[in-house]
Amino acid sequence: MNPANEHLYEMLRQVSGYIYPNEVEFHWSILIVVYPYLTGLVAGAFILASLVKVFKVKQLQPVYRLSMLTALSFMIIAPLPLQMHLGHWERSYEIFLTPNFTSAMAMFGFVYAWYLMVVLLLEIWFTYRRDLIRWTDTDKPVMRFVHRALALFSKDTSEEGEKFDMKAVKFITIIGIPSAFLLHGYVGFIFGSIKANPWWSSVLIPIVFLFSAIVSGIAMVMLLYMVVTPLRGQKIEMVCVDKMASFLFVAVVIDFSLEMLDFIHRLYESEESIKILSDLVMNKLFISLGIVQVLLGMIVPLALILFIKLFRVDEELRKLFYFLGAILIQIGIFATRWNVVMGGQMFSKSFRGLTVYKMDITGIEGLLMTLILLLMPFAILWVLIKVLPPWDASPSPSLH
Amino acid sequence: MERRRFFGKGFTLLAQYGLISSVFKRASAEPKDYDASKHYYGMGIQVNKCIGCGKCMEACKEENGVSKEPFYFRTWVERYSIKKDGEVIVQSIDPRIDTLGNTVSEKDVMRSFFVPKLCNQCDHPPCVQVCPVGATFKTDDGVILVDSERCIGCRYCIQACPYGARYLNPETSTADKCTFCYHRITKGMLPACVEVCPTQARIFGDTRSTASPLTRFKRMFKLHVLKPSLNTDPKVQYADLDGEVR
Amino acid sequence: MKRLLQKIPDSLLRVGSVFIVFITVVLLIRSLIPASLKNSEEHRNATVEREVAHPVKHAGSEVCADCHEQYELKKTGYHKNLACETCHGAAQAHSEDQEIKPVLNRKREACTLCHLFNPSRPTGFPQINPVVHNPGKQCITCHNPHDPKPPRVPKDCQACHEQIERTKAVSPHVQLDCTTCHTVNEQHKITPRVVKANIPNDRTFCGKCHANDSKIKETPKVDLSTHGEKYLCWECHYPHMPEVN
Repeated sequence: MNPANEHLYEMLRQVSGYIYPNEVEFHWSILIVVYPYLTGLVAGAFILASLVKVFKVKQLQPVYRLSMLTALSFMIIAPLPLQMHLGHWERSYEIFLTPNFTSAMAMFGFVYAWYLMVVLLLEIWFTYRRDLIRWTDTDKPVMRFVHRALALFSKDTSEEGEKFDMKAVKFITIIGIPSAFLLHGYVGFIFGSIKANPWWSSVLIPIVFLFSAIVSGIAMVMLLYMVVTPLRGQKIEMVCVDKMASFLFVAVVIDFSLEMLDFIHRLYESEESIKILSDLVMNKLFISLGIVQVLLGMIVPLALILFIKLFRVDEELRKLFYFLGAILIQIGIFATRWNVVMGGQMFSKSFRGLTVYKMDITGIEGLLMTLILLLMPFAILWVLIKVLPPWDASPSPSLH
Repeated sequence: MERRRFFGKGFTLLAQYGLISSVFKRASAEPKDYDASKHYYGMGIQVNKCIGCGKCMEACKEENGVSKEPFYFRTWVERYSIKKDGEVIVQSIDPRIDTLGNTVSEKDVMRSFFVPKLCNQCDHPPCVQVCPVGATFKTDDGVILVDSERCIGCRYCIQACPYGARYLNPETSTADKCTFCYHRITKGMLPACVEVCPTQARIFGDTRSTASPLTRFKRMFKLHVLKPSLNTDPKVQYADLDGEVR
Repeated sequence: MKRLLQKIPDSLLRVGSVFIVFITVVLLIRSLIPASLKNSEEHRNATVEREVAHPVKHAGSEVCADCHEQYELKKTGYHKNLACETCHGAAQAHSEDQEIKPVLNRKREACTLCHLFNPSRPTGFPQINPVVHNPGKQCITCHNPHDPKPPRVPKDCQACHEQIERTKAVSPHVQLDCTTCHTVNEQHKITPRVVKANIPNDRTFCGKCHANDSKIKETPKVDLSTHGEKYLCWECHYPHMPEVN
């Protein structure tokens, strides 16, 4: 026995029933769970931001810039887990040299580039341009240069210039919403289009991905706002948090309904794969799907927000409930990604056996790396907040 | 090769080199008397002839230099035992990965048989459809190959294959699979598994030939393919295939 | 021109130029990459070449025939369709350098790999029960692997009914001669389709061994009056390979 294959023999001992011999090796690791989780946060945070600009939800103004920066910092890290998981990461440029246009994955580079450059960066730039110029008056030398460079050395502080910025932001947001839908719907399509895998192959998967993305994005911005504001010594604007919670509530309800629809549809149609999928859900995914994803990640947060809506709850308790709910939602959505990615690989395509996923602790595809990847966006966000303080906005003409 | 030098040496020099070398390499190594467009290969498997000896698995690993560890197979044989109560027991005939061993009592078995499996060389291959860089493709003679120098190891194709026919080559970290022994068939030889099969359970041939063992096979038997509902259009066809096989 | 530029807002101008510079750089890099790296067709041809160049390990039986006379012997026997390399392993290397010896496995396991009784094997495939079939003895002491024959020349029934003979050989009825159940007129051997062998025609025949009152021990017993109603025994049971329980 080759010691390098020790882990495969270890996996073999966990197999129940029959799986194809090539299925003993588990191919998509936890990094592939992290990837849709991160892109989901990007899409969700952006859609929250666009509520302010396109749908003019004024209550959310305090988190507008924060959510844009959140989206950007998660966007920067999102391709990393994919890249690190490749057998040959050094060849990934080939996706641009000879993209295979029938492959959903080949479109990744283009979707990513479009979203990052045309949507996120542009919108942030137009939003911040005037403030960047303004900040140079009071900046220390180094930061002054950074801000000038970021403003592309623009010095235009005219009323027309600002009006144009506002128009541009609105225009980009209008393009941005379908782009955000595209970004995460596309991630769902990567899984949903695999006809060989009945756990993934569903037309609902991209839509489920999208709504769970919105859920996770709103909850993440809510969390960040509730943590960062007290740290700055400011008071949390409850109107804003309440509004976010309302949107969160609607998003979770839609997400929950879609997932239930998917579940009931599968159960009712009861195709060839139903037996193995039931085994999968009952034996391998019961905790991560039944308990974490559905109960803790959806039902409890829904109950918490509903409780606040139904009864007059004082501010402190509301904060606690929102905070708790948002954290549970984050864990729940991570479990959602886990259940899709891992669940799809835990049963054999012979529909006759189940296997397990054993996570490494160290190593490129291990738990530590996963935690680092999950924390990196926050480090980037911290830097972004330093460079582009989201709360130091000049009064915007279009909203007043 | 080209790529390695491309990054090793200077940029401009390499741009020229890449072009020239590729032209030269192609001219010299193209098999002269073989015309891929004149062939279209397929395989027939007669389930009733398979005795489960595993010679095909052994020969395949030897011929293609596949890792001897029991987690990487270009072809493998499954043993089906359908019990009297309807339960279906499937085992691998490689004892190293057969987790059941001799636990199935002969008394409880209604019918039992062996089924050889390999890449179905689908005419509508899902693996080719999903490869992001086009590193896996269908040749003119209908065989699905993998470019081991360009595969990025994303394993999307492994996920997309309904038959579990692909694995990640542990030495190259690229996707790998049955090639119908492309180096043999282009020289007019049989794939190694077909060559060594003691009972002729495997029949290989050109689907376009008017009279060949494969053509005879297709005329004589009622044929079926694995997972026809997925519309992958396999070029590996089975005779005497039991409905429990998937 | 200048007036036109003035009409475009300052911010758009700056962002626009950044984009133009970026796109130009991307296009420039792309154009500098050798075309061969971007050409899928060339990549495919290179892959095909690589696959074709893969070394052949199994030489094929025709190559063996050049030197080994056993090939002629094998050609007419039961193993005629076996490739030499099925038993002797990949031998391309041996064909190029005779110092490299192919596999020569004389052990019983080399034969039982195919010929050990396995209920999943197709009916009629020659198989042995290793416990009763000369245990411990090498197969090649009785059988020539290049021209394997059953140790006896097929005679009597199995000359024609070989498949039944083989099936019966690994069944619980292995001890029974064909004539235990079938009475055969000599004429059957000459015109087998005209004069047929007799088969038992009622239940009492099987009852001789399997009825409750049978004197023969260790056979499964049934009550003939209630078991199986109107059916004859062989309408449910296959006498050449009766189910075990």
